[in-house]
Amino acid sequence: MKLREVQAILKAEVFTGADKLDIEVEAGFGSDLMSDVLAFACGRVLLLTGLTNTHVIHTAAMIDAVAIVFVRGKRPDKTLIQAAAGMGLPLLGTRLLMYDSCGRLFQAGLKGCSREAGDDQVASGLADNKTRPEWLP
Amino acid sequence: MKDNIPSLEMAFPVRARDFLAGGDGAARIRRVLQQVGFPPAIIRRVAIAAYEAEMNIVIHSEGGELKAQITPEVITITARDTGPGIPDIELAMQEGYSTAPREIQEMGFGAGMGLPNIRRCADELEIKSAPGQGTTVNIIIYNR
Repeated sequence: MKLREVQAILKAEVFTGADKLDIEVEAGFGSDLMSDVLAFACGRVLLLTGLTNTHVIHTAAMIDAVAIVFVRGKRPDKTLIQAAAGMGLPLLGTRLLMYDSCGRLFQAGLKGCSREAGDDQVASGLADNKTRPEWLP
Repeated sequence: MKDNIPSLEMAFPVRARDFLAGGDGAARIRRVLQQVGFPPAIIRRVAIAAYEAEMNIVIHSEGGELKAQITPEVITITARDTGPGIPDIELAMQEGYSTAPREIQEMGFGAGMGLPNIRRCADELEIKSAPGQGTTVNIIIYNR
C-alpha cells in the first residue's frame, strides 16, 4: 500500500515527508511500547503510535520503518519533525484512535506482523527468525 | 579473533537519564554498518541490541559507555555502566519483568523487553553484574 493511500484512509495530516507519499509500506505495526516495536515489527513497516517523544523516531530508524502515523490526534513538536525530516522519515497524524486506525488499514489490505501457519494476512519480508521471539506463533 | 583482521572501533559515552541523546550511539553504529555494507538483517539485529543496551544505561544506571568493535566476521557490542547493578540476572532476563519507574514506562520503555530483545538478537550474550558493582553487557553477533 502506498503512503498516499494510508494518508487518505486515515484522513491524515502530513507533518513531514509530503514528497514521499508514493513510498510503499508492506505491513503495519501499532504500539506505544518501543521495545515491542523493536521485537515484533517486520519488513517495510508503517509504525502507528500515540507516543511523540524522540524515542519513537530513534526506534523507527533502528527497524528501518517506512513512516510513522501518530494516532489519537497526537502532534509531534517542531524538534521531532525536524529530526524526522533530516532522516527522510515521513510523519503523519490522524485523529482516529489506535484500534480504528489499524482496523481501517487492515481492512484496506495492509497486513500485520503476526505470523500464523496458513494465514495469508502475514507480511512477507520478515527480517529473519532471529529477531522474532520463539513463542510467537 | 585473528590479529591480522583490521577492526573498526567506536565508543560513545552514555549519560544517565539523558533521554534526548539516548540512542545516538546505537544510531551511529548502525550508520557505520550500513556504510560498510553489512547485510540488512545483521544491521537490524546489531541496531536493536545496541539500542536496548544503550537505553538500559540511560534508564537504569549512573552513566556508562557503549562500544562497538566491528570486523567483517563479527560485531561486538559492549555496554558498561556504573550503577546499582542487577541483583538477579535471571529474573531481569524474563520478558515483562521491569524495574523501570512509571515515568519511563510512559515514554514507551521499561516494558521488560530490553534484555530479552538483546538476547533474541545476539549470537552470544554475557552479562556481568552485581549489586553496587555496575553492569557490563557483552553482545556478539556473527556476520553469517
